[in-house]
Amino acid sequence: MSSRPHRLLSPEMAPDAGIVSPDDAQALFARVAKLSKADTIEMQLNSNHTGNTRFAANQMSTSGSVTDMQLAVQSSYGAKHAVVVTNDLTDDSLARAVSESEALAKLAPDDPEAMPPLGAQTYVPVNAYFDSTAQLTPADRAKAAITALAPARSAGDLLAAGFIITGESSVALGNTKGLFAYHRATSANYQLTVRTADGTGSGWAAADHPDWTQLDFRNVSDRAIDKAKMSRNPVAIEPGRYTVILEPQAVGDIVQLLGNYSDARSTDEGRSPFVKTGGGNKVGEKIVDDRVTIIADPQDPQLMSQPFDGDGLALNRQLFIENGVLKQLFYTRFWAKKQGKVATGQPASIKMMGGTTSLDDMIKSTPRGVLVTRLWYLREVDPRTILYTGLTRDGTFLIENGKLTKAVRNFRFNESPLFMLNNLEMLGPSVRLAGTEQGGDIVMPSIKVKDFNFTSLSEAV
Amino acid sequence: MAHSRREFLQLSSAAALGLAAYRIPPYYRIPERDAPPLNDPKFKELAMRALDAAKSAGAEYSDVRISQNRNQAIQAREHRVQALNDSETFGFGVRVLVRGAWGFAASRDLSPDEMVRVARQAVAQAEANRAVLERPVVLAPVTPTANGTWRIPVESDPFDVPVEEKVALLLDANAAALNVKGAKFVTSAMFFLREEKTLATSDGTYVVQTIFRAQPRMNVTAVAPDFSDFQSIQSNDIAPRGLGYEHVRDSKLVENATRWATEAVEKLSAKSVEVGRYDLVLHPTHLWLTVHESIAHPTELDRAMGYEANYAGTSFVSPPEKMLGKFRYGPDIMNIQGDRVQQGSLSACGWDDEGVVPETFLIIKKGIVNDYQTTREQAPWLDWWYKKQGKGTHSHGCSYSQSWEDIQFQRMPNVSLLPGEKEQSYEDIIAATDRGIAIMGDGSFSIDQQRYNAQFGGQLFYEIKGGKIVGMLKDVAYQMRTPDFWNSMDMIGGKKSYFMGGAFNDGKGQPSQSNAVSHGCVPSRFRNINVINTGRKA
Repeated sequence: MSSRPHRLLSPEMAPDAGIVSPDDAQALFARVAKLSKADTIEMQLNSNHTGNTRFAANQMSTSGSVTDMQLAVQSSYGAKHAVVVTNDLTDDSLARAVSESEALAKLAPDDPEAMPPLGAQTYVPVNAYFDSTAQLTPADRAKAAITALAPARSAGDLLAAGFIITGESSVALGNTKGLFAYHRATSANYQLTVRTADGTGSGWAAADHPDWTQLDFRNVSDRAIDKAKMSRNPVAIEPGRYTVILEPQAVGDIVQLLGNYSDARSTDEGRSPFVKTGGGNKVGEKIVDDRVTIIADPQDPQLMSQPFDGDGLALNRQLFIENGVLKQLFYTRFWAKKQGKVATGQPASIKMMGGTTSLDDMIKSTPRGVLVTRLWYLREVDPRTILYTGLTRDGTFLIENGKLTKAVRNFRFNESPLFMLNNLEMLGPSVRLAGTEQGGDIVMPSIKVKDFNFTSLSEAV
Repeated sequence: MAHSRREFLQLSSAAALGLAAYRIPPYYRIPERDAPPLNDPKFKELAMRALDAAKSAGAEYSDVRISQNRNQAIQAREHRVQALNDSETFGFGVRVLVRGAWGFAASRDLSPDEMVRVARQAVAQAEANRAVLERPVVLAPVTPTANGTWRIPVESDPFDVPVEEKVALLLDANAAALNVKGAKFVTSAMFFLREEKTLATSDGTYVVQTIFRAQPRMNVTAVAPDFSDFQSIQSNDIAPRGLGYEHVRDSKLVENATRWATEAVEKLSAKSVEVGRYDLVLHPTHLWLTVHESIAHPTELDRAMGYEANYAGTSFVSPPEKMLGKFRYGPDIMNIQGDRVQQGSLSACGWDDEGVVPETFLIIKKGIVNDYQTTREQAPWLDWWYKKQGKGTHSHGCSYSQSWEDIQFQRMPNVSLLPGEKEQSYEDIIAATDRGIAIMGDGSFSIDQQRYNAQFGGQLFYEIKGGKIVGMLKDVAYQMRTPDFWNSMDMIGGKKSYFMGGAFNDGKGQPSQSNAVSHGCVPSRFRNINVINTGRKA
């Protein structure tokens, strides 16, 4: 391994030199394409460089950094195709990948759903790359961790556990039919849990932005510490149907689930919550409260997501739900062709449009209810209704007569975004989330809903 | 478990909106590389170079893992092959300890210069952390293995089996399922891993291991003619295993497909369960997941000590000094074992990812908490307990990393409910039950971050009356409080009823890593458990 063949990549692309530029990606694709004898060849090059810092029990724990780059090559002969993927980008390896994908494509069965490669596309510009994030060092992250560790240590009765991860990445797609797509992004994410040393209280806060300088570490630390202190010694109240104010993080975990069921094909096949009894789908029908609008938009300044999907199809602003009406389901290229529809691509972001009611005003308007900070371990219970179960976590409080009066024990819920968004009472401003259970670029408001279904109590703190 | 941020970076904004997964095109198998096998002396030279560089830069301890993972996933739906994904990743990671602070760095470039750069980068990371460290890490002693090799014994390397054979099997199985009237959709898949990894540590271990994993699976969906209902059955009476392609052949997908399809159709007209308290007879194909969530996770020592508080959570089995030898988890018939030796288990290995030979140990002994899962960093935290037992303080060998690019940390070994002394079967337990529900297969699962409150579904539910199964149920889930649930267990199966379930994708850590783990168990009965109806309409 010590005598590696010379690289296709230029010397400045050594692994410690960051991610791949568009010019280098295009140059690599051109060289790989020259090796191809197939009808068409499609390529995808991903590169990433990330660093993370972890701490727990007021101690630094595991931390690290990773550099990787990966190429996938798909060769096609008519409806036959095969892909080989490797992270060994030496000349020999690339030549082998191309020839092997060709040999295998010839052996593959015809794919009745194969689609021809896309030609050149036009993408909306999205700037999600920030030098402030790309240039970070372990010392920068350690310094940020101090914003939580120092107050937790000096308090004497608090334990901080947190995670800071930053990085840069690129994805490039290319083929011999003129397609070239490139997107690069940086990412900075901070999540913090502060627990009281007596084990009775726990608070969580987080922030996420492609630009490191937009992360307010002190603010996150303060919020998590406040929640931990407030959540001490929770009392048990009966499970049941409650008016609930969900902070944006909790809303994101539930609302994002809608996307899992919005595939047109499953609906046409009769196995989705958007199927109409008797056949057909619910597009054009009112499915939730008319104040609910959910969009996907790579250019939204809070989203800044990749403007193309994995096929290279351009992603522009799309409306999923507008004023409570289901506006569209999502069509792959194959299913769109079969059904005579337009292929939508697969949006890489989701935003639920917010309202103007502040969290404080929601609390003030509530005679009796529960405030939920975040949710945990959401799992599908019934795909026919998007019924999920999960639990509240890290800050659950009782509201009485317009005020937070006490911390309460966590609840298990069994609830559906469809039921919940039909019970909407108030909407707050939308904020960028720092990672739902499913992840992705997500922007959500806080909401107040009635009849949220808590089914049992949990002693977990 | 949730995706990690890094996965997003790698996938570069993978499908948010949760709209299906990021579309990776289908992969066929990758060509065999000409590179030397991992036991080639060249790799040892590279590893030593990293260890030397770490030492020169100030590390008191270091280890380097070089690994090559090959994964294959073949998926078919109805009469079409959807994906033949074959991917390979090759690289190395260096972990260092600098005056008690961890650092880690990894790269895909296995060159001598990169070995040095990455080792220094790991030291730089540790130095940055050391500046804000309070308690230095101390490692439990280990007996180094100077030159070791270990390999999961397989009859048939999955990567040597022609793709055509695999594809034909899946399409045949799908066709068999679709022959059942009412079965409308079917997916089938097989997943394989072959991991070759080398570990070198600064205390003298140098070991090379080859791990295999295999999982065949199917999912059959039946749709009511008027589109008023749909029901699916997953083939989870077939578990993933640390085996080769023989596991796929032994799983008899074509023969079983008809049964799964029939069950899916039958579920459409099954009776919706009445809420209430029932005695539950849980088949091992179901119970393994309950063991995983409610026993294996809470007895991870890092969780109990707060090290996973920000993500996977902590544990109700804490603090250890109030639990070990004292806390009654369940009845006397309950014995829970940790091991990495069971034949065909997903956690089996010769050495863990810090060079420890794993040992078999009892986590729960006659219903009482007896031990936790540990690594070299963690074992000294229980020094007092091991001394009290007259035992030495050493790691149980639970260190694991999913690949070269991830730092190793505490992951669960196989955690299993051991059989009872009396030889009795699932059917025997049903026959002894007057009013209850029998559950087969794992379904929906959710548990809180301290592992107290859980809710589990399943694949198949049967009503028991007077010791007999009287019909199929649907919309069933049970809710439980962990210690109450296990203390309600009053019958367990014998050796002959032992079955090992498991999963490839147990998530923990930040960045999140997947662990593959098996859980053996026997059919068991639980008294008076709260059952809810999940078929809510509004």
